Amino acid sequence: MNYDVVIVGGGPAGLAAAYSCKQEGIDSILIIERDDKLGGILNQCIHNGFGLHTFKEELTGPEYAQRFIDKVYEEKIEYKLNSTVINISNDLKVTYVSKNDGLNVIEAKAIILCMGCRERPRGALNIPGYRPAGIYSAGTAQRLMNIDGYKIGKEVVILGSGDIGLIMARRMTLEGAHVNCVAELMPYSGGLKRNIVQCLNDYDIPLYLSHTVVDIKGKDRVEAVTIAEVDKNRKPIPGTEIEYKCDTLLLSVGLLPENELSRMANIELSRVTGGPVVSDSLETNIEGIYACGNVLHVHDLVDYVSQEAGLAGKSAAKHVKAKNASHKYIEVVPSNGIRYTVPQKIDVENIGDNVILRFRVDNIYTNRSIVLKYGDEELSRRKKKVLAPGEMEQIIIDGQTLNNIKGDKLEIFTEEAN
Amino acid sequence: MLYDVVIIGAGVVGSSTARYLSRFDLEIAVLEKEEDVCSGTSKANSAIVHAGHDAKPGSLKAKFNLLGSKMMEGLSKELDFSYKRNGSFVVCFSKEDMPSLNELYQRGLENGVEGLEILDGDEVRRREPNLSENIVAALWCPTGAIVCPFELTQAMAENAATNGVEFIFNTKVEKIEKKDDYYLINDSIKTKAIINCAGVYSDTIHNLVSDKKYHIIPKKGDYVLMDREVGGLVSSTIFQLPTKAGKGVLVTPTVHGNLLVGPSATDIEDKNGNNTTSDDLSMIIDRAKLSANNIPFNKTITSFSGIRAHEEGGDFIIEEATDNFFDCVGIESPGLSAAPAIGEYVSELVSKKLNASKKDHFVGERKGIVKLSSLSFEERAELIKHNPSYGQIICRCEEISEGEIVDAIRRKPGATSLDGIKRRVRAGMGRCQAGFCSPKVMEILSRELGKPLEEICKNNPNSKLVIGKMKED
Repeated sequence: MNYDVVIVGGGPAGLAAAYSCKQEGIDSILIIERDDKLGGILNQCIHNGFGLHTFKEELTGPEYAQRFIDKVYEEKIEYKLNSTVINISNDLKVTYVSKNDGLNVIEAKAIILCMGCRERPRGALNIPGYRPAGIYSAGTAQRLMNIDGYKIGKEVVILGSGDIGLIMARRMTLEGAHVNCVAELMPYSGGLKRNIVQCLNDYDIPLYLSHTVVDIKGKDRVEAVTIAEVDKNRKPIPGTEIEYKCDTLLLSVGLLPENELSRMANIELSRVTGGPVVSDSLETNIEGIYACGNVLHVHDLVDYVSQEAGLAGKSAAKHVKAKNASHKYIEVVPSNGIRYTVPQKIDVENIGDNVILRFRVDNIYTNRSIVLKYGDEELSRRKKKVLAPGEMEQIIIDGQTLNNIKGDKLEIFTEEAN
Repeated sequence: MLYDVVIIGAGVVGSSTARYLSRFDLEIAVLEKEEDVCSGTSKANSAIVHAGHDAKPGSLKAKFNLLGSKMMEGLSKELDFSYKRNGSFVVCFSKEDMPSLNELYQRGLENGVEGLEILDGDEVRRREPNLSENIVAALWCPTGAIVCPFELTQAMAENAATNGVEFIFNTKVEKIEKKDDYYLINDSIKTKAIINCAGVYSDTIHNLVSDKKYHIIPKKGDYVLMDREVGGLVSSTIFQLPTKAGKGVLVTPTVHGNLLVGPSATDIEDKNGNNTTSDDLSMIIDRAKLSANNIPFNKTITSFSGIRAHEEGGDFIIEEATDNFFDCVGIESPGLSAAPAIGEYVSELVSKKLNASKKDHFVGERKGIVKLSSLSFEERAELIKHNPSYGQIICRCEEISEGEIVDAIRRKPGATSLDGIKRRVRAGMGRCQAGFCSPKVMEILSRELGKPLEEICKNNPNSKLVIGKMKED
């Protein structure tokens, strides 16, 4: 089997990538989705607030997904459900398995990685205590409630103030459970400000910053969870323990881009984002393999996932149509408060109208300027009142500006605003 | 009905004993308080087949360790469980401790361990480049091995069941009465003989029938398990030479390619107290760092704790305690290594006592659950053609298919819980620790067992995963 473009994953990134690829005139496209429907994790996000940027209205997750699924239907883009990719090779062969098709190898001219991300488990944090039933990552709990229709507990403690944790605090409260508190290891929340307001404050759920879980009791089902304050080195401070009698502990302690398949294809991964290192066309170090959405870096807003995927689709289409383009990369180097950028490099020989540089800061900052610099030349400077790790930032650079760049390094950093 | 033999405990020793005893013409039942085999000490340990240099010469520990270690490779082929002879090092960090290392070497020789060698630090690092510069010498034990304790126990149990042994779960033995020519267990189960393989509770069970009292001191050991991505840090098992500073912890790959570090050794009171503690976890992390450089603790996927059945006397107790009541008491490390030998020995002891003869049609082999991810693409394609459910991936991290999960449930004794599935096919054992696959595995369990999803448990019947259906709108 041969396709021009194979898209691994039919969530928000995969759908938008497919649509954009099709718009660019590619007809031979295949989306491979492991679940039994398109839409990915959006299907379990039944709260609203999706699509403000893209559609200028507040949609639920499934509604947002449906807009793109409809486009895929309209454009008659091929897709396979219940089909799991088990291997991607660096010569662009995609191997998948499914009940209907058995094991199949597809040769592609371009591949777009849209596998999304996974939740960090309890084990990754080494939380001591027992290992009873009733400990869920927030997304698992969300699926059990919103897709499968089950209540998972009555008395709840949530560790981690990532967005899914915050959303689940509200969701469980609305389903009649009592959420005792949300504990957050860091001195700031990892979630969006609007979620803290709408999901915690509105329901009087306390958020304890600089706190972590230090013990889990219960041999069969969770019986109690103890949290404690942590010091600057994130070590628990003795004497600050609070024990909550509860039957459920939800964890929202971070998302990890899911890159097993990328590794198989020898794709270079960033230690900071956990996703592939990409150029401004979202191409990985393997020519013809692109990445977008949460497999590339974890996003806060699905609108940006769709936008990014649109670019990946466009780039993949371009690659299919015009092979053997020459490249010259300059590196984007983050420092002084900037944790990472995506893309990590810019292909100055193939610059489009503009380059969207997305990034996160490594701490809470107030009154800072974000500076983009090439050598001594300042390309842009933007003042921000507040910068938080939980909110992804972006700078749009005019392609014209970059066309004139010589050298190999573009610096981005923050500095005190005057 | 009257059983010939009731085995109490379906851990590795109970299951092994059941397997070897099933060679004889006997009615055998295994009683287990949990919902599955391999639910106590057998499920949480170092997963090591020890070479046999540790135990005191002449002790039962030394004897059965050596025998078991020799049996294990052949058995892994007969019963199809994961086993790898990867060799082990006992590393020594200071010249002053060299006499102890030599002592260990001598003890190994005396115990009959083959191939032992003392190597200098450079040679050790040549073989294991990630080991610490501070290692001055090590004892190399080529017969050291690693094994999957879950598969080993399940293989023994399944093979026993194939040969007619009945497994009865969720049945805790509370009462044993000696009648004229049989024992009455829990007022309902009659048996001519009892074999006590109750692990940390083996003293309690023994003390129900004997005036000579035993005392098991539960000794907890915490472990940290790391991602398969980093299992290659060491290829052999790295022990530390016990010194005044402590017993030392090990760093080892597992048969599934993870990296395992631990255990601590803390006396506790609660025999069910398998909770990890931050003190123990930080201790093993710190101590492990002495052996190897750059242990990637940021790739930790889980930590867990196991409880050793340490009997005050210090050695295994394997004997007929009183008329037709047989003990396997105090089976702590090297119990996993010794289990096949203990099972065989006890089966001989008991069958002789009961005058049992060998069966004509003993089935000595067992085929394990197929591991799709280890097959070639051609083999996988072929398998999916025959059984399409092998084409549906349920656990992404370990790449486990629906077919493998269904097989795990349909086996006898089969999985009835989330943990049972995890220990049989590794669904949920990977880096996301069941985040994605739990709901799907719960659905499959519910469907296969014909139980509503609300009744599906993590392990025992009190470990319910969901509390009920949501209101229909």
